[in-house]
Amino acid sequence: MHKRTLLSAALALAALGASHGALAQADTFKIGLILPMTGQQATTGRQIEAAARLYMAQNGTTVAGKKIELIVKDDTSLPDVTKRLAQELVVNDKVNVLAGMGITPSAMATAPIATQSKTPLVVMAAATSSITQASPYIVRTSFTLPQASVALADWVPKNGIKKVVTLVSDYGPGLDAEKYFKERFIFNGGEVTESLRVPLRNPDFAPFLQKVRDAKPDALFVFVPSGAGAAVMKQFLERGMDKAGIKLIGTGDITDDDQLNDMGDGALGVVTSHHYSAAHPSAMNKAFVEAFEKANKGLRPNFMAVGGYDGMHVIYDALKATKGQGGGDALLAAMKGQLFESPRGKIFIDAQTRDIVQDIYLRKVEKKNGGLYNVEFDVIKDVKDPGKNK
Amino acid sequence: MLTILFDGIAYGMLLFVLAVGLAVTMGLMNFINLAHGAFAMVGGYTTVLLMQRLQVPFLVCLPLAFLVSGLLGAVLERTLYRPMYRRPHLDQVLFSIGLTFMAVAAMDYFMGSSQQIIQLPAYLKGRSEFDTPLGLLGMGHYRLFIIAVCAALTVALQFILARTRFGSRLRAAVDDQRVAAGLGINVNIVFLSTFAVGSGLAGLGGALGTEVLGLDPTFPLKFMIYFLIVVAVGGTSSITGPLLAALLLGIADVAGKYYVPKLGGFIVYSLMIAILIWRPHGLFSRLGGKS
Repeated sequence: MHKRTLLSAALALAALGASHGALAQADTFKIGLILPMTGQQATTGRQIEAAARLYMAQNGTTVAGKKIELIVKDDTSLPDVTKRLAQELVVNDKVNVLAGMGITPSAMATAPIATQSKTPLVVMAAATSSITQASPYIVRTSFTLPQASVALADWVPKNGIKKVVTLVSDYGPGLDAEKYFKERFIFNGGEVTESLRVPLRNPDFAPFLQKVRDAKPDALFVFVPSGAGAAVMKQFLERGMDKAGIKLIGTGDITDDDQLNDMGDGALGVVTSHHYSAAHPSAMNKAFVEAFEKANKGLRPNFMAVGGYDGMHVIYDALKATKGQGGGDALLAAMKGQLFESPRGKIFIDAQTRDIVQDIYLRKVEKKNGGLYNVEFDVIKDVKDPGKNK
Repeated sequence: MLTILFDGIAYGMLLFVLAVGLAVTMGLMNFINLAHGAFAMVGGYTTVLLMQRLQVPFLVCLPLAFLVSGLLGAVLERTLYRPMYRRPHLDQVLFSIGLTFMAVAAMDYFMGSSQQIIQLPAYLKGRSEFDTPLGLLGMGHYRLFIIAVCAALTVALQFILARTRFGSRLRAAVDDQRVAAGLGINVNIVFLSTFAVGSGLAGLGGALGTEVLGLDPTFPLKFMIYFLIVVAVGGTSSITGPLLAALLLGIADVAGKYYVPKLGGFIVYSLMIAILIWRPHGLFSRLGGKS
């Protein structure tokens, strides 16, 4: 008996919910946020979701008369799951915007769905250059690896580093980083003596690093996904490569803010180039970091978080600009060409490529307020993705 | 050259500690325990938690990691594994791989999915270099430490299995449970303690490996292949087989990645295939042993 009353109560509640949903349909604006919330890339998902929720908490949940509803789905970093979830979100939930995308293959798998359903897809993390070319409905608010590595290749030869060995993880973003760094570095008169590619799931970096040590370059350029960055750095030091006069440089993934503090003092002095550091000295970023850490029990926002935060900004602004009326095409048009202040500095969504144009900073790991931070010391202004020049 | 050899040996020794427990359960107890890596992960996370939360020194963490995963192994042996002993191998495989996935999900839930980083004490960091006639030999202190620990373990294990009463009881219990029981050997206790030690060794390997191999919840799945290669190539009937196999694989892997980085992990697999074609039961299989 008891069971039955419980069941009927649940049914009644569900019915209520459904009817409520149907009524609210016209006045809600749905954002389907697909992220890896579990599995290897889960920190990406957690950072972006936290940032998106922070944005909503700060900017209200009603925009242009529409109530914003965020639907978060976990794709566990498997592209076929991402695709299925995107399909469900578009067909069943009738989302107005798709967003998220933790890794490149996920974004690539979702691109055709965005195109067919004319739903804007805001890419907040995945960073292979070619993603925005996969669908005319993709807008990106994270960064691209060519963007970060070319900036570094411009800075490095001016600072006494002429011979470099590159070491990247053997997958899309790694190959992008290798290619664009190498091209620009050679163009600037540098010399890349060796290009090493490490399997993505590599247990031990020892042989690769030993090879670098024997090659004795001025610096080692590294791109590995942020989790493996700490391992590379430790073994770099264990091998005494810093003492042998080899500098460690790379894109900001190796000194990810999320993990930097655990890496210990060995990380001090590592030079990286990236678009965001939690230590970016602007009033807006201070407020952002403070609010983020307060809302998430001391979790430091990293470059993923800022991609999610700005992604929400792009969506909110597009909704405002279309006064809540427009469909996918109108929203997309309103997203193109947006120029606004982000916690990382001024950013711009290039109307032609739908990719982000932003400042790339050169940073050095330093101790600040008792923690390790990427402290910016130089900037290259308004870097457009170099992958889009063809 | 010598440095590469040294790194390879250290890496192989590490693989050996990680895999030897599996060789024991698979070879001696005839149980296919694919959840072996989960015990290694438990050891790793025990170390990480003790060091990060309680500031326990690294050297104290190692025996604790052994104890925690050994105890866990004992509890699971008593509750879950024992009923599976008589089941066909396929059931054992499915059961233990299920356990692995549960362990992965549980760690993900409780500890988060990011890589765990530990800070070694200063005396284990750094490295020493020697000029030898054959070239420069660089030895990382931590890798030296791994080699020392593993060598000591090997000797101890070999001694226990070959020379002690417990060793002979274990071998008896494995070869014929009924006769062994008839001779007054408490087979259950023998199996329980063997399984616990095997799991404990995995835990110790996980604790030692955190620094070199990294630690995240996918650890058991990531390294399952390596354990299995070591056991398959080395055979499961002795300690020396897996030891030599682990060394061979460690050196081949490191040297392969150094000299022909383009082939990457491929070398290990081709080596395994070649050896298994040559000796299908592993390098050191006991004739007439279980297969």
